[in-house]
Amino acid sequence: MSHLAYIGVLAFALLGTAWLEVFLRTRVYSRWHRLSLAVAPVVVMFVMWDLYAIAQNHWTFDPERTTGIVLPGGLPIDEVLFFIVIPIASVLTLEAVRSVKRWEVGDEVPGTCVDGVRVSDGER
Amino acid sequence: MTYTQLGLIGVIVVIALDLFVFRTRLVRRRVFWVAYAIIIFFQLVTNGVLTGLRIVRYDDDAIIGSSTPTDGPPPFLGEGRIAFAPVEDLLFGFSLVLLTLVLWVWWGRRGVQRTAWSGPPVESLRTVLGYQPPPE
Repeated sequence: MSHLAYIGVLAFALLGTAWLEVFLRTRVYSRWHRLSLAVAPVVVMFVMWDLYAIAQNHWTFDPERTTGIVLPGGLPIDEVLFFIVIPIASVLTLEAVRSVKRWEVGDEVPGTCVDGVRVSDGER
Repeated sequence: MTYTQLGLIGVIVVIALDLFVFRTRLVRRRVFWVAYAIIIFFQLVTNGVLTGLRIVRYDDDAIIGSSTPTDGPPPFLGEGRIAFAPVEDLLFGFSLVLLTLVLWVWWGRRGVQRTAWSGPPVESLRTVLGYQPPPE
């Protein structure tokens, strides 16, 4: 079981945010195409950072408490999953705040109304 | 470069992407800071597990604090650590979260699954969440 310690933390983050999709209607998983396009570059950038940090010995991983599946460059697959799970949880959190507060995020269609205030320019 | 230097560069680069490249300007929106406040709390909890149990171990050449000990947990607070984790992890996490949200908003603004909007919460949760229906 200890090999699943890292994965367990990721499961906590995934399950701890999944309910937002249902009960706050975040519509993040349902917009999986947009979600993939947002997360993919993040995975690439942070895997590169991770590989550099591993090569420079900034950090190491306990082989007993990670899955043991290690990609080239000494990168545990647990880390790659981290760079997928945490971004998804972050988007769910942002959309959850929007769901409750209805604050402007920046992707609104110009000319529509947010809380009775007209959005004039999506880049505002 | 050290983790400290990379962490600072990461934050500066991602804020520049937000403000000047993608122009999502999330760091100027309260929706981002409220979401980030929630995220940072859970980051401290989950990362506290990863670093306190020494699943991830750090080298003192790379961080402000000292190396993760081999015989026990690192300091909970102080010596360059917050909730067992090096303070640099907060910079790393900020960059990770902000870059993700910038790209999410940017793709939406480009028209990729821009709608339907999130919300409203299900009716049974509206009171406990303090949800106010939009004005007419």
